[in-house]
Amino acid sequence: MELLMMVVYAVTVLMLLLGAVTYSILFERKVIGYMQVRHGPNRHGPFGMLQTIADVSKLLMKEDVIPKAADRPIFILAPVVAFVPAFAIFATIAWSENIYAADLNIGVLYFIGISSITTLGVIMGGWSSNNKYSLMGAMRGVAQVISYEIPLVLSIVGVVILAGTLNFREIVLYQETIGLWLIIPQFLAFLVYMIAAIAELNRSPFDLPEAESELVSGYHTEYSGFRFAFFMLAEYTYALAISALATTLFLGGWLGPAFLPGIVWFLLKMCGFMFIWFWLRATLPRARVDHLMGFGWKVLIPLALLNIVVTAVIKVWMGW
Amino acid sequence: MSIRTEQMTLNMGPQHPSTHGVFRLVLTIEGETIVKAEPVIGYLHRGSEKLAENLLYTQFIPYTDRLDYLNAMTNNYIYCAGVEELLDWEIPERAEYLRVLVMELNRIASHLVWWGTFLLDIGALSPFLYAFRDRDLILDRLNEISGARMTFNYVRIGGVKWDAPDGWIEKVQETVKEVRENIHEYDRLVTGNEIFQARTIGVGKITQEDAINWGLSGPIARGSGLKFDLRKEEPYSIYDRFDFDVPTFQEGDVYARYKTRIAEMHESLKIIEQACADIPDGEYIHKKGKRIMMIKPKPGEVYKRCEASKGEIGVYIVSDGKTQPYRVKLRRPSFVNVQILQDYLVGEPIANLVAIFGSLDIVLGEVDA
Repeated sequence: MELLMMVVYAVTVLMLLLGAVTYSILFERKVIGYMQVRHGPNRHGPFGMLQTIADVSKLLMKEDVIPKAADRPIFILAPVVAFVPAFAIFATIAWSENIYAADLNIGVLYFIGISSITTLGVIMGGWSSNNKYSLMGAMRGVAQVISYEIPLVLSIVGVVILAGTLNFREIVLYQETIGLWLIIPQFLAFLVYMIAAIAELNRSPFDLPEAESELVSGYHTEYSGFRFAFFMLAEYTYALAISALATTLFLGGWLGPAFLPGIVWFLLKMCGFMFIWFWLRATLPRARVDHLMGFGWKVLIPLALLNIVVTAVIKVWMGW
Repeated sequence: MSIRTEQMTLNMGPQHPSTHGVFRLVLTIEGETIVKAEPVIGYLHRGSEKLAENLLYTQFIPYTDRLDYLNAMTNNYIYCAGVEELLDWEIPERAEYLRVLVMELNRIASHLVWWGTFLLDIGALSPFLYAFRDRDLILDRLNEISGARMTFNYVRIGGVKWDAPDGWIEKVQETVKEVRENIHEYDRLVTGNEIFQARTIGVGKITQEDAINWGLSGPIARGSGLKFDLRKEEPYSIYDRFDFDVPTFQEGDVYARYKTRIAEMHESLKIIEQACADIPDGEYIHKKGKRIMMIKPKPGEVYKRCEASKGEIGVYIVSDGKTQPYRVKLRRPSFVNVQILQDYLVGEPIANLVAIFGSLDIVLGEVDA
């Protein structure tokens, strides 16, 4: 019975997630469209609501091409390896006080640990396709994600020190007790988190692994059809997850004026973060590999460390 | 223990999103650093110069449209001006004004395309669409006067094909205002951007000496501190009547070339405004040019050059007194400018390749002719 419930829950989340990804892609295209003085998709359904569905069905019907020189098993496995961790992250997120899948005491740790596996999918895909551009994209991707994973984690540490727990639900409850969203005492951490998160997500301006003008499209150049869709799915799922994490840690999760239910507040805040990713993509040019690395190691990590020290000192001193 | 590393040959193009057409580079790379770069051109070769020998003088004009298709007016002009010099015809005032107007409008359109695609190469998506919106305003004006959006075939031997339609000059004045405001806005959006500056300042430095030795011209030479603009140096058409500057920057890097082109757009707008204000009434084409298909210049030769958006475009025509030219040689600025690439890419990472190559502003139709 318990197993059945688990399966039911997992399928429900998967369906919801597919819906969320479908519409965040549409949201992105609309947002960027309006920023670029055009309309974005508007042919399929009202406001182009069915555009992504049409796109995905096209991808599904395409021929499944696997390059002859590719390493077959790894090539096939890579999109799955990229997607599954991004999906698994959602288990720990507390959507509201009562809606959550696993009330894990090491939620934050789980989140960070599992999400790093996505990188493996990237390098597997890039390396096994036996394409020079893909290989370079994958190498860049791995270097970038590993370098930015560190400031990302370090920036979260500040929040964890204050809240004194790794449990997502309790972090939000802590914010409720002090009556303050952690973005205010942890503003430096928030900045570091935002920048590192963009790099983690491989989104513009740090979209080097898939730099179209340099590497054609990086690690998934050789992928087509549903395998390509899977990579896209993984990317957007991860973007949603990172937004959910930011919401929980810095913006008080489901907290908000009582006229809307908690989960609505949570989703609204998430949408806000998604909007920021899209906004940046429409505005900024792409950074260069060496600049990116230098910035990560020389600026973000020291800042994050500084934040930890300051937070710890204040915590002890003020007895928060 | 040391890890064994290997150099890798990477074929970039002819179907690569940032080679702008069918340019091909065979790169030898070590990691992401370029050790050797070998440009391969000729994928768009159509033998324009040879074709000219079997065409009537007037029939070759549409072929010049297809050289630098982003800046077709200047190509039309320089060929016609060359033939006119052989014929020794007097060109009506109004025709010269119309020529200057369309050439400058086209120069801005060409620079806007460069601006958009260059930023697209660097990774910024939106400027591309903004640039094309403004370019479209200009193309609408050019469409109204010539009936085409890119391959105009408007400048003819002896003048221009048609007079401007009613109210066209006023429309151009409005367009100038709009485009000027927009360019200001774009400048504010991009030029000061930290990432943009980090990508462009100090990248791909071309010294003034190299610029001269490689025969570079146009905004690339001016970005390297060479104050050389044929509109000022040897004013052709009626350029000596207008008040404009030649923007020059000393640094020679990608950023300097970027600033040169932005400043040049403003100068072109100035010229257009002055031309709109001064344009006289009268004939728009030499009376012989209106009908005649068969032109027989006296035997002789001529080299005529002018300032295109990419640099110095020149045409060398030899006539043996027949209805077809004996020989036509084209000096295509893109072809000359692209040569410097092989030396300047060595030691750069691939990300810089895109920036440097983009900053040269190459049109493959012109490189391959």
